[in-house]
Amino acid sequence: MISSAIFGIENNGLLAVTALLTGVALVFLALWIAKLISPRSFNPQKGEAYECGIPTRGESMSQFKVGYYLFAILFLMFDVETVFLYPWAVRMRELGVNGLLSIAVFFGILVLGLVYAWRKGALEWK
Amino acid sequence: MQDFSLITSWIDNSLRSLMPGWLTVTVECLLIGVGLLLVYSLLALFYIYYERKLCAAFQCRLGPNRVGPFGLLQSFADMFKMLIKEIIHLDHIDRFLFGLAPYLVIAASVMAFAVLPWGNGLQVIDFNIGIFFLIAVSSIGVLGILLAGWSSNNKFTLIGSLRSGAQMVSYELSIGLSVLTMVCLAGTMSVGGIVAEQENLWFIFKGHIPAIIAFVIYMIAGTAETNRGPFDLPEAESELTAGYHTEYSGIHFGFFYLAEYLNLFVVSGVAALLFFGGWMPLHFPGWDAFNHIMDYIPSVVWFLGKAFVLSFIIIWFKWTFPRLRIDQLLALEWKYLLPINLVNLVLMVLIIVFNWHF
Repeated sequence: MISSAIFGIENNGLLAVTALLTGVALVFLALWIAKLISPRSFNPQKGEAYECGIPTRGESMSQFKVGYYLFAILFLMFDVETVFLYPWAVRMRELGVNGLLSIAVFFGILVLGLVYAWRKGALEWK
Repeated sequence: MQDFSLITSWIDNSLRSLMPGWLTVTVECLLIGVGLLLVYSLLALFYIYYERKLCAAFQCRLGPNRVGPFGLLQSFADMFKMLIKEIIHLDHIDRFLFGLAPYLVIAASVMAFAVLPWGNGLQVIDFNIGIFFLIAVSSIGVLGILLAGWSSNNKFTLIGSLRSGAQMVSYELSIGLSVLTMVCLAGTMSVGGIVAEQENLWFIFKGHIPAIIAFVIYMIAGTAETNRGPFDLPEAESELTAGYHTEYSGIHFGFFYLAEYLNLFVVSGVAALLFFGGWMPLHFPGWDAFNHIMDYIPSVVWFLGKAFVLSFIIIWFKWTFPRLRIDQLLALEWKYLLPINLVNLVLMVLIIVFNWHF
């Protein structure tokens, strides 16, 4: 016998919120305990950035390499397309040839996107 | 087969006879929360010990062996030490985001943790889109890491978090696609459903070639997803001091540490779920006597055993391979794993259409 639904709770949203609150509670409780038992001392040097002893030069929340953005955009495109494939994957057997053909077109566009990015050199780390 | 729902429904019934319905649900949710909290922390501590012991074995050392029998209490001691360390307040940080980051990282891993099928009747969240939910919540962790690196206002943490972001989003694609391949075979996204589908035979045997390819890709991508070696450039200690959590101190740092080990467990748990039947014992069609003997081993033991063996493989990766460079890392994902994964998906579809699977 395979059974699910712990305690017979059918409302999965409630359980998901429970898990979320558990995570928040873990961090909150641990920080609270640490605040109670950990030592405290004040020193102006302590608040400085940890960069090998010498003072930081300039602002650190600054511009960074554009390559990271490029991969984020590529990821966004492919991830959204993967999300669209999931419902089809579940109903694949029922949808049959029609579903297969339509998803083949979609899949072809996905692959074309990858080929385009590759040929444009977007996948090179420069 | 043992059925844990007997225990939970007994608790449910006895609580219901004592108090009104809404209070019962509240108490049960509290019980689940406390249970999750305990199992989460104990498992993370055990994993720290497990990794240190294995790493020592790979390097011909003894590893922790002073605190408790076989050093079993070492990670408890470490965690306690972290608790009593001062949390340093920095001047130049974005305080709100800096504080928010550990919450995001931990909450994401606890939610992913709650979806895993622990045993027969021992699964906390069983959405009909379970595995999809798991991928969705585990990707919230990336946000936490990016926030941690950005808000610290430190060059090391910024570079570390950006590397981690680029790496985790890239490899999430591979994880998503190999999960998609297995969802094709299972025909359901519900975690309980996927386990039930493997009652006759685990998916790695059922889906043979594409399932094995998907498994290999999943393990590589899972290693990258947990920021572990050979993909540990977000916290490459020789170049970035400690990566995105350089500025965190005491238990604040401990959260990232805990979440990293827990994510290792979640990744291997999902691999066990998708390819090795979750808590399902090893069954072969037709081998009735064998199947019957396998049923005597409790389902929790099956699940934990599979997860530990798969984690062993991931830890083995870490202590065997040298660290990749970022261009190699991204090339591996986008030029090798992604195309192979796409071809593999087509192969899986063909195998299902022509009914070549077992």
